[in-house]
Amino acid sequence: MNATAKTLFSMSRRDLITLVIFALVVLAMPIWLSPLGAAYPGLMQKFAIYAIFALGFNILFGLTGYLSFGHAAFLGVGSYTAVWSFKLLSMDVIPAIIFAVILSGIFAVAIGYLSLRRTGIYFSILTLAFAQMSYNLAYSVLTPITNGETSLQLSLRDPRVLDLAFGPREPGLPSASLFGHTFSGLEAFYFCAVVLLLAFFIAQKIFSSPFGMMLRAIKSNQTRMNYAGFNTRSYAMTAFVISGMYAGLAGALLAITDPLAGAERMQWTASGEVVLMTILGGVGTLIGPVIGAWLIKYFENIFSAFNDTALTHFFGFVPDGLREVVVAISSKFVGEGWQLTLGLLFVLVVMFLPGGIMEGVRRIRGLFGSGRTPQTGAVSRPQAAE
Amino acid sequence: MTKSLKGIKRRTLVKSGLAGILATGVAPLVLTRGTYAQEYCNAPTGDTVTLGFNVPLTGPYADEGADEQRAFELAVEHLNGEGDGGMLPTYTPSVLTGQGVLGKKVAFVTGDTQTKADAARDSARRMIERDGVVMVSGGSSSGVAIAVQGLCQEMGVIFMAALTHSNDTTGKDKKRYGFRHFFNAYQTGVAIGPSLGKAYGNDRVAYHLTSDYTWGWTTEESMIASTEKLGWKTITPVRTPVGAGDFSQYITPVLNSGADVLILNHYGFDMVNSLTQAVQFGLKDKMVNGKQFEIVVPLVSDLMAKGAGPAMKGIYGTSNWDWQLEDAASQAFTKSFGAKYGQPPSQAAHTAYVQTLLYADACERAGTFYPPEVIKQLEGFEFDGLGNGPTLYRAADHQCFKDVLVVQGKETPSNPFDLLDHVDTASRESVTYDPAIFGGELGPDTAAMC
Repeated sequence: MNATAKTLFSMSRRDLITLVIFALVVLAMPIWLSPLGAAYPGLMQKFAIYAIFALGFNILFGLTGYLSFGHAAFLGVGSYTAVWSFKLLSMDVIPAIIFAVILSGIFAVAIGYLSLRRTGIYFSILTLAFAQMSYNLAYSVLTPITNGETSLQLSLRDPRVLDLAFGPREPGLPSASLFGHTFSGLEAFYFCAVVLLLAFFIAQKIFSSPFGMMLRAIKSNQTRMNYAGFNTRSYAMTAFVISGMYAGLAGALLAITDPLAGAERMQWTASGEVVLMTILGGVGTLIGPVIGAWLIKYFENIFSAFNDTALTHFFGFVPDGLREVVVAISSKFVGEGWQLTLGLLFVLVVMFLPGGIMEGVRRIRGLFGSGRTPQTGAVSRPQAAE
Repeated sequence: MTKSLKGIKRRTLVKSGLAGILATGVAPLVLTRGTYAQEYCNAPTGDTVTLGFNVPLTGPYADEGADEQRAFELAVEHLNGEGDGGMLPTYTPSVLTGQGVLGKKVAFVTGDTQTKADAARDSARRMIERDGVVMVSGGSSSGVAIAVQGLCQEMGVIFMAALTHSNDTTGKDKKRYGFRHFFNAYQTGVAIGPSLGKAYGNDRVAYHLTSDYTWGWTTEESMIASTEKLGWKTITPVRTPVGAGDFSQYITPVLNSGADVLILNHYGFDMVNSLTQAVQFGLKDKMVNGKQFEIVVPLVSDLMAKGAGPAMKGIYGTSNWDWQLEDAASQAFTKSFGAKYGQPPSQAAHTAYVQTLLYADACERAGTFYPPEVIKQLEGFEFDGLGNGPTLYRAADHQCFKDVLVVQGKETPSNPFDLLDHVDTASRESVTYDPAIFGGELGPDTAAMC
């Protein structure tokens, strides 16, 4: 028993340092994000949640090379489950998270069982098809459960059997709580941050375990694995389900920080977003997808809110006359044009840093020669499983 | 895996541990600074007060969103005493001074809702948590408006809904912190019924194509109720996804269904696309059941009429307001908007402008930005001179009651903006209904701390 616990929690020195630094960066977000204009609870929660989503996606895509184009389906399932848990049972976050993870896991088993019969582009298309099916079900078929385009929300008349068994119905809509303590915005962020750290720790363990080695082997040569007598599909299946559960966890946290679940969370654009996050940050690295997630959410929330007034203020140092020109040009890249900027950045990263931002970090580290040899373990290019 | 915790140098551990304690200790102080001084969410402390305008700049309702944003900027200008004052002079009973609100200069922030509930709530949270707004306005999709209204209720920030026409906004999903000036689907049904009966008779079969979300559902329900009252029959409605783009697959079955009227419960680009396609398919030239085939669009705006072009000719619909109205207030607003942007305002722009003024005025009368007091001022408020004639903000559901316009697409427009004929007006009395029919509860008005 003791020995098991020891192997469970022991980790290499390198991993431990990474975890500690990562924890510091995440917990200190309110400090280092404030000069960037992003230190408000709403966005920091999104940072933590989408980091979990990308981490989980990377366990599948980064390790096995199976490119799922339908991961948003699990995010949506997690959200809907959590909101229903709030509506029917209790505002406590624990049951919401447990149900969301279990149900998205079950979904992942079903979709994975069918999709993993194929590899490469066929697998991607299958997952995309299943995700689109889930989206359409949520959007227009299962509207009694999902409330369609209007989104599922809490209402004043929800049964909430567990909560109401212990206390009277309070006026107004309740918000999510942990053992009776209602979250404020910042507390909800710290809750998400702690869950993120746990998720990161588990991902680290998977990366460094023999199981993770098997997954990497699937990516490098699945045929050889098969001839060597391994049943690769069960490994890929496990990775698929784990990553689906990560997505479900992220979906539950989305519902916890903001009790609303909409069908657009399952749309193919949301599935594509997590692929972008992972590739932008660095496929197959632990930190890369997290950085990718933060970058994309930052662009989506901060760049899209810039308007001409803010730009004029920002370019205050530029002389009059020229300033209007500068503002006119740059306004195309902010506000509603935020996706243009992101697209440009993405093209640049893919062209010059095929391994994502993490490759850039490695190159810089190599330049300054900090004594450590550049990591070659992570594969520097996204590859489909063949 | 090979080295355990002991592998780390003691010094490293102590250093990182200290940094961690410092970081977690300082973080809450930075963010909660100042919250003790205020008694409600985002109480303005400096010499400015910030309003948040959350409109769709992308997605199927982007045109309406852009026009709303223009109107918001104009309203802020007028509140601060810049420009020609627009409807400030015509508005009664008004205590607005043109010198900001309660002595504070009005500032604003904007955001893109992308016509998606999630993105809209993200955007609204940024405004409330980071930019410290005391009021959020916007809309252009009832699904989005209802989602943001729910958030504002939780956060304790007043939501002045702009373009949202679903019955649910002030019906089953109404909130104490949410207010709507725009009319709703039920009023559309009541207003348009008599005109349809007069023009197309009492023996018709209607086919509905409906946007698949709260607005579409309630519009469809209201239109069915009012046309069946005339004696029309209804064929099972077909739901279409928002932002579908291509409606041909939905329009082809219409002719073989035995229907002789097509009711398009679509808005924005959706309506522009579906109407244009229906006309291109020659639906309006067909004779069915011995009668001319007709198309009805329950909710019409200038922007949509412009987008649909010639397809709009002769089509009946309803509007909240039209820039060609003769009253002094409408004229003043159209002049002011036209001078700044070179085009007349749409009904979306009008309601956005009016909501901003009404909020500012309610704060002035309350003498504070404290939301429960502002809410008390708005509830049951009777006003005039904002373009719709005498209007009541009903206390029971926060819905405005005023005349509703029945419009028809002009056959021969005299200029690019002269697109709608004002054919009838449904009086305020005729469109007033019992708030109980839609259910819902407003909830408490207790101030929240965001």
